[in-house]
Amino acid sequence: MNTRFSIKSTVGSAPWIWSYAAAAVMALVTITFSRASGGLDLLTASMSFATFFALTGVAQLFVITLGPGNIDLSIPANINLSAAVAMQVMGGSDTMVLIGLLAAMAVGSLVGLGNYLLIALLKIPPIIATLASSFVVQSIAIAYAGGYRVQPPPGLKEFVRAKIGPVPLMALAAILITMCLAVLLHKTPFGRGITALGQNPTAARLANIAVERTRALTYALAATIAAFCGVLLAAFSGGSSLEMGNEYLLSSIAVVVIGGTAITGGRSFLSGVWGASFFLFLLITMLNALGASPGLRLMMMGIIICLVVFLASFRNAGIGQAVFAPLLKASRRPR
Amino acid sequence: MQTDKIRPVLLDLTGVDKSFGQVHALSGVSLSLHQGLCTGLVGHNGAGKSTLINVIAGFLPPSAGDVAFDGVGTLNLLSIDQRSALGIRCVLQELSLCPNLTVAENTQLLHRHLRGRGWRRKAADLIIAKLDDIFPGHGIAPHTELRRLPLGARQMVEIARAFTQTTTEVRLVILDEPTSSLDTQSSAQLLRYVRTFVEGGKNCLFVSHKMDEITSVTDEVVVLKDGRVVHQIETKDTSRAEIVSKMGSIDTDLRGASQKKTFGGKDSDGIALGLPAGPDIPPLSLRPGEVIGLAGLAGDGQTEALKSVLARYKRKCTFVAGDRATDGVFPLWSIKHNTSIGALHSLLSNGIIRSQSEAKLANDWKDKIGIRASGIDADLTSLSGGNQQKVLFARALASASDIVLMDDPTRGVDVGTKREIYQIIEAEAQTGRSFLWYSTEFDELTYCDRVLVFCQGKVAVVLEGAEINEQNVIAFSFGQKVSA
Amino acid sequence: MITLLQYRVLLPLVTLIALTGTIFILQPRTMSYFGLSLLFSFILPIALATVAQMFVIAVNEIDLSIGAYVSFATVTVVTYLDTDPAIAVGLLLGAIALHTAVGALIQLFQMPSIVITLGMSFFWGGCALMVRPLPGGHAPDWLTAIVKVKTPFVPFPILACVVLALLLHLLLMRSAVGTIFRGTGGNERAIRNAGLSVTGIKSAMFFLSGLFGVLSGVVLAGLIVSADADIASNYTLLSIAAVILGGGLFVGGIVSPTGAVIGAATLTLAASFLSFINVPADWQTGAQGAILIIALALRGITERYEH
Repeated sequence: MNTRFSIKSTVGSAPWIWSYAAAAVMALVTITFSRASGGLDLLTASMSFATFFALTGVAQLFVITLGPGNIDLSIPANINLSAAVAMQVMGGSDTMVLIGLLAAMAVGSLVGLGNYLLIALLKIPPIIATLASSFVVQSIAIAYAGGYRVQPPPGLKEFVRAKIGPVPLMALAAILITMCLAVLLHKTPFGRGITALGQNPTAARLANIAVERTRALTYALAATIAAFCGVLLAAFSGGSSLEMGNEYLLSSIAVVVIGGTAITGGRSFLSGVWGASFFLFLLITMLNALGASPGLRLMMMGIIICLVVFLASFRNAGIGQAVFAPLLKASRRPR
Repeated sequence: MQTDKIRPVLLDLTGVDKSFGQVHALSGVSLSLHQGLCTGLVGHNGAGKSTLINVIAGFLPPSAGDVAFDGVGTLNLLSIDQRSALGIRCVLQELSLCPNLTVAENTQLLHRHLRGRGWRRKAADLIIAKLDDIFPGHGIAPHTELRRLPLGARQMVEIARAFTQTTTEVRLVILDEPTSSLDTQSSAQLLRYVRTFVEGGKNCLFVSHKMDEITSVTDEVVVLKDGRVVHQIETKDTSRAEIVSKMGSIDTDLRGASQKKTFGGKDSDGIALGLPAGPDIPPLSLRPGEVIGLAGLAGDGQTEALKSVLARYKRKCTFVAGDRATDGVFPLWSIKHNTSIGALHSLLSNGIIRSQSEAKLANDWKDKIGIRASGIDADLTSLSGGNQQKVLFARALASASDIVLMDDPTRGVDVGTKREIYQIIEAEAQTGRSFLWYSTEFDELTYCDRVLVFCQGKVAVVLEGAEINEQNVIAFSFGQKVSA
Repeated sequence: MITLLQYRVLLPLVTLIALTGTIFILQPRTMSYFGLSLLFSFILPIALATVAQMFVIAVNEIDLSIGAYVSFATVTVVTYLDTDPAIAVGLLLGAIALHTAVGALIQLFQMPSIVITLGMSFFWGGCALMVRPLPGGHAPDWLTAIVKVKTPFVPFPILACVVLALLLHLLLMRSAVGTIFRGTGGNERAIRNAGLSVTGIKSAMFFLSGLFGVLSGVVLAGLIVSADADIASNYTLLSIAAVILGGGLFVGGIVSPTGAVIGAATLTLAASFLSFINVPADWQTGAQGAILIIALALRGITERYEH
């Protein structure tokens, strides 16, 4: 009895475990079906591709943690622009890698601050403000990059493809960054401020948290992470392109939610983003291996996202109670 | 009483109990309303008035007891709209209208059979006729969205809507502080209308803090205290002073004046509070180690006063919420995180919060103020209300701030916990912390060195030492002038 | 002034008129039947999708799946309606039913609509791709004939939008049932106190949203030569922006059907406008974003002025 309770409470306080469990199941199924000896190849591929899902997800997570309504739709455009800036600044030269990276992240942080200003000064809801800003950013990217593709510097290209055994170096670096960000979110006053704000903005203000500064820095931080991801993505895919960020719009939100983070803010799990990213990539791989059409793949993803949210909506209650309580309540409501 | 024999009973409450957790808001309320009377319902903060009218209107089910209505029998199983169809209407303090709908559309929500061609005009005519009836010269256009009206006008619409009548007769209208946002003229108009309404054989249950309204509009007065009816009398047989005295408790001044310490400190050591005050009040300041109480009727500017001090002194202050869910609790966090949020800067090493220091801080405070929980990693929301409140105290006291602002912090807390909280406050005051304490309970004010009684948004009087007693607080909060 | 400002459609209307006026001045040839038909050719499906979004926003929810949903409807029409009308009708009705069920579940289980509809956007996108993995298809000739009909004096898309706005205004703003719909967004408790089921009302709104989403897809199918599964994917964000531009708010049940239609028209025109004033192609998306920001900022200012 006692042990059962403790298992239940552990999982209850760490809902991100589910995303890893799901990813593990997916990995097994995929390996079985692809009748492959390629288990290690799968690991390498999933870690590489999961890196991009995860970094965009981490960026989105910070914004979502700020509370209901907060979301960043400018991540794809931001990726496109900062990748273009990085590639141009680097100009294919290894000596410029660091400067290019810094330039891209500076661009990203400006985009984030711009988002915050639209939201705070013009009182535009985040979803619309970041949408509008993404239009502007995308245009700047188009005008700036002018449609041609600059090759990444060879050293950077080598780095993103490098492996330690089967493990890609890029993924390790991204995981390390995520860990640092986890410390920032959970173990610093700034991170605690974000989480507090997401749970109860009034109480946060009364607890002397600098609400507006926290909000501004969070939008800037998220956009900076997205910009960093853009540089890796450009290096990985052999140069920046103006549409390469687009597929990360919906996936960035999806991995946050599948990873156990509350969409309404205030309760976030960076580790879950990685589990969910592995899961998402493996799900796509598995459906591929099963010979599922792209349509079926998308459909399955949709169903799974909805299912995860449905299950998460009664994480704390027993499943049976959660299913029947609202129905009972509805039928009992006096006519 | 003579009149009771003639008038049949309209509404009959027998043994109504209502408790929220351990707090008994109503205990064994029995009350009969006789047809054609206006009944005044009075009582001090937390006496159970709101709970009582919510039970009658159907917003809250009673924990025990029965509410019976003439010709229907028990109402306990009927919903709000069914009660409304029986002619029981209710005007509560928080607006129950849709702000995005027009005056006429809001009227339709109550009279849903108004549909088909021309319903908007019919609904508009209905509400405007009633507004004209109650508030002549109101100047409200029927097709204005409610959110575009000033607060007073919204209140007028809500009141008028409750009196509108189409298919069924309106028999009982409950008015909870109906004049709180009305100006003098509209208030007078409303009182006049209530008289004509009850003289037509209808009933009104009138809740108000304003004694002149109670004495001028009601036929009988019911005094509630601690969830019980302590007094019921015909208005003509009583006086304002008698009603006010019935609201107070019998065993006044728990600690007694003798026990009260005389507070030394000088004004110059303290911080200026800058509170809105009446003309005879000198500039107020809070001295180190001092406990100042804020008293008066609920919502008379005390919370705003606290928030203004917080806005002025920011990190020098820490805030203990009384309205926990809105102002205090971070519901997704553990006890530990809820405790440490105010003291994070003292736990840093290289910019990072040290887990051990944080756990120690939370554990220390948990022990120090006796938070009853399985451990500091338990969810805050798994605790009882009283223990949640203690965590909010722990948060405030763990911070480095010297000034503690308390917004009626013992709201809904059981007696034992309250006692513990008082001890903590006394101990902390000894160490030089100062407290600004808004309280709705007389007993708590006796722990204060000075008490500021608020009336209509301003400090009306400063009580000190033996002056701090229930009679004074009640008298000044109901607007009595300082006698020379 | 206050009474004028009460008409929330006023600001978007002024924006629309200013845009149209500028286009007329820059390109006088557009001031003709043919010119207008060209300028507004795609307004009807966008307006219908905006309306679909508006129903959901009216009850404080949001629909991120509407673009994929409309795409699904469009590819279903161009793939099946001509050859197997029964399949087409079945799929479309099924889509409306599922959309309605999603609305009911969102309310019943208090789930965040933003994530559920995000998931549904993958679902509908997948469905669309399964119906039509490769671009192509063909709408029935009768459908093309209807949506491209030449009405006298005023081009059909404009006429249809005016009728649409009027009908919705009657339904949502003037009828007794519309009061209840909007009231749910304004104060759920007041609606519950009136003895109504909020779940029922939200389902009804998702039903209407699904219905208008399908209509949008059907009309779009008649306008295009060939469809792919992504055909309307930008409608999701476009429709949200149009609702907000047209005077709607995300919370509080504050929406305006006329405003939404005008908002949709404004966003459709903004693209044409930008090419007429010779904004380089590179900057057109950005300028659309800027127009959106300016329009919303203006609205913020007038709202503040009101209070």
